[in-house]
Amino acid sequence: MTATQDRPAAEIGKDRRRKEDQRLITGRTRWTDNITLPGMLHLAMVRSPFAHANITSVDTEAAKASPNVVAVLSGKDFGEELGACINAWPITPDQKTPVHSPMPAGRVAFAGEIVAVVVARSAAEARDAAELVDVEYDELPAVIGIKKALEDQVLAHPDLGTNKSALWVFDSGEAGTGTDAEAAITEARANGIVIEREYRQQRLIPAFMEPRSVVVDPTGEQITMWSATQIPHILRFALAATTGVPESKIRVIAPDVGGGFGGKLQVTPEEWVAWAVARRLAKPVKYTETRSESLMAAHHGRDQVQTLTLAADKDGKVTGLKVHLDADLGSYVAIVGGGVPVLGAFMFNAIYKFPAYRFECQTVLTNTTFTDAYRGAGRPEATYAIERLMDELAAEVGVDPLEIRERNWITHEEFPFTTVAGLEYDTGNYEAATAKAKESFGYDALRAEQKERRERGDRVQLGIGVSTFTEMCGLAPSRVLGSLDYGAGGWEHASVRMTPLGKVEVVTGASAHGQGHETAFSQIVADRLGVPFEDVEVLHGDTQVAPRGLDTYGSRSLVVGGEALVKAVDKVIDKAKHLAAHLLEASEDDLEYKGGRFTVAGTDQGVAIQELATAAFAAHNYPEDMEPSLDADATYDPVNFNYPHGTHLCAMEVDTETGAVKMRKYTCCDDIGTIINPLIVAGQVHGGLVQGIAQALWEEAVHDEAGTLVSGSFVDYLLPTAADTISFDVVHTDDPSICTTNTLGTKGVGEAGTIASTPAVVNAVVDAVRHLGINDIQMPCTPERVWRAIQGSRAGGATDTPPDAMPHFQEGALNQDEGAGQ
Amino acid sequence: MIPVKFDYLAPTSVEEALSALGEHGDDAKILAGGQSLLPVLRMRLNAPEVVIDLGGIASLRGIRDDGDAIVIGAMTTHHDVRDHALVKEHALLISKAAAEVADSQIRHRGTFGGALAHADPAGDLGAPALALGAQFVIAGPGGTRTVEASDFFVDLFETAIGEDEILTEVRVPKHTGWGAHYEKFVRVAHQWPIVAVAATVKGSIDEARVGLTNMGSTPLRATATEQALAGASATEDGVRAAAELAAEGTNPPSDLNGAADYRQHLARVLTGRAVLKAAGA
Ligand SMILES: Cc1cc2nc3c(=O)[nH]c(=O)nc-3n(C[C@H](O)[C@H](O)[C@H](O)COP(=O)(O)OP(=O)(O)OC[C@H]3O[C@@H](n4cnc5c(N)ncnc54)[C@H](O)[C@@H]3O)c2cc1C
Repeated sequence: MTATQDRPAAEIGKDRRRKEDQRLITGRTRWTDNITLPGMLHLAMVRSPFAHANITSVDTEAAKASPNVVAVLSGKDFGEELGACINAWPITPDQKTPVHSPMPAGRVAFAGEIVAVVVARSAAEARDAAELVDVEYDELPAVIGIKKALEDQVLAHPDLGTNKSALWVFDSGEAGTGTDAEAAITEARANGIVIEREYRQQRLIPAFMEPRSVVVDPTGEQITMWSATQIPHILRFALAATTGVPESKIRVIAPDVGGGFGGKLQVTPEEWVAWAVARRLAKPVKYTETRSESLMAAHHGRDQVQTLTLAADKDGKVTGLKVHLDADLGSYVAIVGGGVPVLGAFMFNAIYKFPAYRFECQTVLTNTTFTDAYRGAGRPEATYAIERLMDELAAEVGVDPLEIRERNWITHEEFPFTTVAGLEYDTGNYEAATAKAKESFGYDALRAEQKERRERGDRVQLGIGVSTFTEMCGLAPSRVLGSLDYGAGGWEHASVRMTPLGKVEVVTGASAHGQGHETAFSQIVADRLGVPFEDVEVLHGDTQVAPRGLDTYGSRSLVVGGEALVKAVDKVIDKAKHLAAHLLEASEDDLEYKGGRFTVAGTDQGVAIQELATAAFAAHNYPEDMEPSLDADATYDPVNFNYPHGTHLCAMEVDTETGAVKMRKYTCCDDIGTIINPLIVAGQVHGGLVQGIAQALWEEAVHDEAGTLVSGSFVDYLLPTAADTISFDVVHTDDPSICTTNTLGTKGVGEAGTIASTPAVVNAVVDAVRHLGINDIQMPCTPERVWRAIQGSRAGGATDTPPDAMPHFQEGALNQDEGAGQ
Repeated sequence: MIPVKFDYLAPTSVEEALSALGEHGDDAKILAGGQSLLPVLRMRLNAPEVVIDLGGIASLRGIRDDGDAIVIGAMTTHHDVRDHALVKEHALLISKAAAEVADSQIRHRGTFGGALAHADPAGDLGAPALALGAQFVIAGPGGTRTVEASDFFVDLFETAIGEDEILTEVRVPKHTGWGAHYEKFVRVAHQWPIVAVAATVKGSIDEARVGLTNMGSTPLRATATEQALAGASATEDGVRAAAELAAEGTNPPSDLNGAADYRQHLARVLTGRAVLKAAGA
């Protein structure tokens, strides 16, 4: 649209306070749990205390006799109308996918699985009666931990005959995107450097603020489900596909949703059970989980063992990388469960020019809570592995970790660059981001202080960690998803409606749950359409208001949904121009569009977009060849992912006496292309950083040998608060690398902080004690683990184990806790 | 989560509370600040039929001077204990420890007596109370009795308070002019201590009292360290040598935050640090 290009961008780039925040912060809004319908009944779930067991009987008599109980139902009370929880991404044609019933009648496969549901007039009465349901189990041996699962001695699902679900392989030699990684490793063993490591991605819990909640109303022609979900559209699709109710009879509403972080990118057993009960009883029902249930039964994230081999020449130029992942799916292959590690497959080569690359991912089933997307989904794991390895390579070569990266990274002149994983990075400038981060961080001064403390033998040692990350986001080109056997596309949809009095309703298929879409999208429309920011209303999260959409995850809303919006706005302007020309009795070619107004060039004649909206509504006078409406829709399918990047630098202090770690300074310089709202970006970066730092230092979901979640409350699952973090130094490059594959030039930022920060922190902790002979500390780097590493090390000198002789799975190796990767 | 249904009583005097307790016995639970009791009820780990709220009994709140001791009412909040001038002057260690309990919201609700009656071995107030030789005033059907700190803590979540009794106040002998420090080791700010050390010293150093938190099923005193410190000078080497004895006889738990041997190591290191800070060294 040339018409809009000469307008100054008044809104884009402005620090707008988020228009949704007042209602979100004060709670004066609709959350699922505060929806109350006439005659609504309440559900309480009866959950298995065992990780693996046959259900031998379910005695519901006492529960049914409890006050105000309407029904008590278990799996055997339902047939096919109960539906199934689907896996939308079978990563290989021969993937082993256990049947996932929302409420199994025969066998439970993790502790916390639903075995019965109590329906009562109040939530308290349902809860009371749930304790009276007497379920008898025949306990089966449970398999917990990746390494045990790989042995196939105990099976998570005996009928499958194995715990191994799928093996997904990418080989640059075979794909023609690079050379053979094995050959590079062989060569490096003879004449170069080989770094071999096993890293553990611990299991994490998304721990969104609002627990999951669902209301189902079967009254009337359509069945309505309100759910605290990230994915109302996918949810409707899955309900229709698995319960036999046509899509046109289903309305799904995600009202305001209190966070998700991937944890609400799921079709959940709780939703399916609520759906089936509401239909069975023909009454509205509500279920809201407790925090304990949420921690135990909402999907978990990460949980991989990464076996890594990096080959380089003697100068530290990487010649090949081989990655083998073993990824714990938990008890079922959740909606995109198997695909999460595969999303990382394209990112292990990160910002570097590796000539050879091989990636294998073995997914395994265990009797634990099922795993799926968690902020970053696959890319944090990849970034962690490669950024830790690059620090190890730097130590081996004996150069600064930034120097080793520079020897390997893609220089800014080399874009667009096709990577060894086959992706085309459009733009980037790693040199600029690194230079700016270094300066803001005070890199040289901190290195000098580190040296001084080492020499002095200070009790508190200083370490500096580097993470120069990139990621692929803006999920996703539909054809690429198709080639990966993903069950849906990656497009997004937008509608722009001009109301009769000249306001603008924007409908987006993205489904915000705290990100600030309403503000950012209003800014985009205000600029492009030339209307006041306040006049734009953004509607979303209801399949009847926004019938087309693929929801919010994978840093996609702005870069995919925003582009759909731009295209819809442009169509509105085109229509308006046609009407304006008619009303002004001028040629379209003579019209200029500026500040929301068409003017006839060289005259003072003009008409505002609001007047045109009224004119289209009245429809008293409009061209023969147009319908009396300015409204427009657009569906945008991205042509590529986009590739934000950044340099993150972290300084950590380590108390060598207690093992306690403390953050001293954190600087990040992210290059995310055009920034629509710097305040929202800062919020995303800050929150993202804390989540990534939390993986490095605090969070870990632990199941014991029986499969009971030990970290089952916030007393044991350590979430940080503002009191645990420092003030971050967040900067951006002066001359950002504008994305070339969307009109606004934006790149995703929702996951950047989480992806980048984890390795920066662990690299800093390791760097603080590397001179003591330590080259790894398992996450989370608890004081105890740090202390034990120091205890186990021999003081003085660098690592004396030749890296090429460091075997995987070394018995009793440093920091490989007994529990690690079990 | 929703607790099991219970009746709620709000007595306005200790006598009234005691008679309610006498009437309902086993089926009743006392409610102070609710910061430990309510999570227990909501997770359905306990299901009393009657909850007796002490919040309406004015006489249980407040801090007063009583000659050679200060007296802290059981229902005084952590926040008020921390900031009270009498506490700061005569029992600085308690003020310092109260400042470290949980977060500000919880300190405004949780009470001194509730925390001590709850007797969580990871609670922050037991070790200072023990170190300062506090006396616990307990009211029951037969009148009032006083229990020494060393007899008050019986086991994990178990104290000398009988089922028909109420802790009304705690007498803390004055330690006027003693230096004090509470060294709490946590991974995140709002956490119960993995290990903590409560140290208070007279002069530098004439006498020392050292209490340990979460090093056994009850708060403990590091008596060997106390003896080694008496008459020692507050130098880094001297204090650290005495602190080496701090873990003697302790039996700390092992959990996700640390195994027992690590906790014993922490107790030694933190004792050294706490004593040095208490002595102003
Ligand atoms: C998130 C969180 C973090 C916390 N972190 C810490 C921490 O870091 N350090 C720490 O020390 N504590 C911590 N606490 C606990 C807090 O200090 C509580 O205030 C304290 O443990 C209990 O005090 P209360 O007044 O709330 O008692 P309540 O919870 O009301 O009662 C606790 C128990 O004592 C009994 N009881 C109470 N008063 C009396 C009485 N006068 N006579 C007889 N029995 C009585 C009750 O019946 C109950 O069994 C934390 C609590 C929470 C919720």
